[in-house]
Amino acid sequence: MELIINGDKVEVPNKITTVSSLLQHFGINQKVVIVELNQSILEKGSHQETTISDRDKIEIVNFVGGG
Amino acid sequence: MLKIGPYEFSSRLLLGTGKYPNFDVQKEAVEVSQTEILTFSVRRMNIFEPSQPNFLENIDVQKYKLLPNTAGAKTAEEAVRTAKLARASGLCDMIKVEVIGCQKTLLPDPVETLKASEELIKEGFIVLPYTSDDVLLAKRLEELGCHAIMPGASPIGSGQGIINPLNLSFIIEQSNVPVIVDAGIGTPSDATVAMELGADGVLLNTAVSGAEDPVKMAKGMKLAIEAGRLGYEAGRIPKKRYATASSPMEGMSIS
Repeated sequence: MELIINGDKVEVPNKITTVSSLLQHFGINQKVVIVELNQSILEKGSHQETTISDRDKIEIVNFVGGG
Repeated sequence: MLKIGPYEFSSRLLLGTGKYPNFDVQKEAVEVSQTEILTFSVRRMNIFEPSQPNFLENIDVQKYKLLPNTAGAKTAEEAVRTAKLARASGLCDMIKVEVIGCQKTLLPDPVETLKASEELIKEGFIVLPYTSDDVLLAKRLEELGCHAIMPGASPIGSGQGIINPLNLSFIIEQSNVPVIVDAGIGTPSDATVAMELGADGVLLNTAVSGAEDPVKMAKGMKLAIEAGRLGYEAGRIPKKRYATASSPMEGMSIS
């Protein structure tokens, strides 16, 4: 399956069906990350039940140092 | 006590988390500063380097209130999106509205700042806009329902200190919500002057993170803000043109 993650085309295994399994795939499920799926921001608690499919546009952001 | 929306703080220093030499120095500087509010930015994550350290993992997030900013936004729409992304972390509901209108001076766009603040108040955020030191703009932001007003002392990261103390004092005088002097502070004395003017707090980053010894500067800023606040509360003596003797004239043995 092909996703657009943070503006780049990324190929991920088809067994990835939810946002939380996607985060797990990248090893970032334990981190503070915020996910936007096709321009709709996901609440933290909804990662498990939110499904993803081919060509979805996903933004994965986090907090970085800033003033 | 500094009260912002529903929250109360005993420290009047708000500290940024950008550009420290390393996480250890940053952690120590944050601790020494005794700040209770830390600012952050929201950025795309590098998903291919998940082991990349993040300062958020090094601190006890229960101990601090997080104040994410909307830095990077050039329009109200972008700022609102960043704020919503930050809140979806489930870690915060305060937002520093920062909509930059000029890349050279990093001065805020007043129109977009106003629009973003209005929208975010409607969305239920605790809204702290970074604004220029325009007195009427500060008034308009307060009227919208902003929970604090954050006028800049001078351009971000410039270390020029307080360029227009008169405007800042007008803003402080008229405001019924906290006024936090944000950006441009270079030295502890700048922070003291801001507090002596009657500011409710100071937000700074580069002055500490860019100092030769950030930990020592963090302590200096903490003390400077406390000193300035005490001076403000104590009420200074009026300035006089000529001297007034501190020692009594009566009982002098030589005449």
